[in-house]
Amino acid sequence: MTEFQPRIVVFACNWCSYAGADLAGVSRMQYPPTTRVIRLMCSGRVQPGFILEAFNLGADGVLVTGCHPGDCHYISGNENAVVTVEKTEKLLQLLGIETERLRLEWISAAEGARFARIMTEFTGQIRDLGPSPLDNSHHEEVSLADANVMHKT
Amino acid sequence: MIFKETLRQTRATYCLDCGKCTGSCPVSRVDVTYSPRSTIERVLAGRPEDLMDNRHLWSCLTCGLCTTRCPSDVDYPAFVVAARIEARQASQEGTYAHNAVMQQLMSIMGQSVKQKRTGWVTDDLQTATQGEDFYFVGCAPYFDVIFADLGVVSTDVARDAVRLMNRIGITPVVSDDERCCGADLLLNGDEDGFRRLAEINVQVIAESGAKRVIFACPEGYNAFRSDYPRYVGPLPFETIHLTELLAEHLDDLELGELAESVTYHDPCRLGRYQGLYDEPRELIQATGAGLVEMRKNRAQALCCGSTGWVNCGQCAKGIQMTRLRQAQDTGADRMITACPKCRIHLSCALKDAGDEIGVKLEDLARLLVRAMAIE
Repeated sequence: MTEFQPRIVVFACNWCSYAGADLAGVSRMQYPPTTRVIRLMCSGRVQPGFILEAFNLGADGVLVTGCHPGDCHYISGNENAVVTVEKTEKLLQLLGIETERLRLEWISAAEGARFARIMTEFTGQIRDLGPSPLDNSHHEEVSLADANVMHKT
Repeated sequence: MIFKETLRQTRATYCLDCGKCTGSCPVSRVDVTYSPRSTIERVLAGRPEDLMDNRHLWSCLTCGLCTTRCPSDVDYPAFVVAARIEARQASQEGTYAHNAVMQQLMSIMGQSVKQKRTGWVTDDLQTATQGEDFYFVGCAPYFDVIFADLGVVSTDVARDAVRLMNRIGITPVVSDDERCCGADLLLNGDEDGFRRLAEINVQVIAESGAKRVIFACPEGYNAFRSDYPRYVGPLPFETIHLTELLAEHLDDLELGELAESVTYHDPCRLGRYQGLYDEPRELIQATGAGLVEMRKNRAQALCCGSTGWVNCGQCAKGIQMTRLRQAQDTGADRMITACPKCRIHLSCALKDAGDEIGVKLEDLARLLVRAMAIE
């Protein structure tokens, strides 16, 4: 039996975490190909609706990443991300989805190694949890039409 | 195009072009570019495509005020919902409020989730897992998380509703497997999502052995009564709204006398859709609280300004402020609502209004529980 390959959606802020991912890439650091990175200007842009949409479309885990506290390009956007993630955890609890499938991490532009390590760690964590309890998780591919169902938010 | 059929079914072909609908419409009052009359006229003139990519397709609150005044009895809300179903198939959508978190929740509940949604049940409440009466709680546990910053606790209504049921000798079933009623998905034109939720809910309720389902939320009540039979066939149980049930058992409630004055906001789904105007008023009067009517009440009541978690903005806020001012003009201490969504929407406007409006919002169930606590 082949090992379960989770699908993880990573929200990365433009200024720190996405640059951290870039650094991991150009430094040729290895991490599992389980992640799909979505770049946002700030982790403060992430909303509970976005995280739920990722799970709804079949993500097994969602990682929200942003600048370290005090380092946010927009001063306090990452503080909003903390509130969003806490709120979403409560919604996941109600829905019966393990809150361990959602994680918030601070990754700076200089922390390529940290980015790679967190991706590896989180992938392992989701592998241990197994596929998401939602039906869509087991679908091989989510069609573009499905993914477009709720694009206007 | 289903439009031909829709025009006939909703009697839109009988439109006189009189414009009473636009004159009545709470949206048109705030946003002059919106007109139910011209919306229908454009489709009648053979240009339904004008409607499909029109942002105003999502502006209608489906409050039904226009329909009550239409001389030709055109069912405008039904026309709008049919048009949205059509538009959605063409990948058109409204602008979802709260970054579509509600739509995502409803969509996820259509999958095989194992929810943990009965955490609101406190030790003093008597509930069951099997029984004759099922209490359909609705989205309250989710609202508590999403609207925490408004300070509105929607599960308070659920707890109060169970307290009231317990008082009249009912131990209701509450279930972790209950889903959202899906009314808002249907309002967004998502028939498939709605049908999925309806099928699961009917099955969950049937499995509990319930013969009657009690609702504290008018939206769920209306969905079960008006929309579920159309999508999943006749329901194998009765449906009753909490206010109907309590009005039948007024003596058992043993209410004390409250010394305050209140005004009552008729939710669209409870009033215009289901015709329950008298039961909530009977209950309020039974508490001894003086009921002062707003200028617009019963079938003429103004909507709370937002439905379907779509297109919430300045227009919604304008309508809400008008409604709050109507409540303030009565001089009542409290504005009583019987719908968790009305309470959320009006609380949002009230928060923005600051000290301008001196009315407190309260759910009917809370008012009754307060009266019940008086010996």
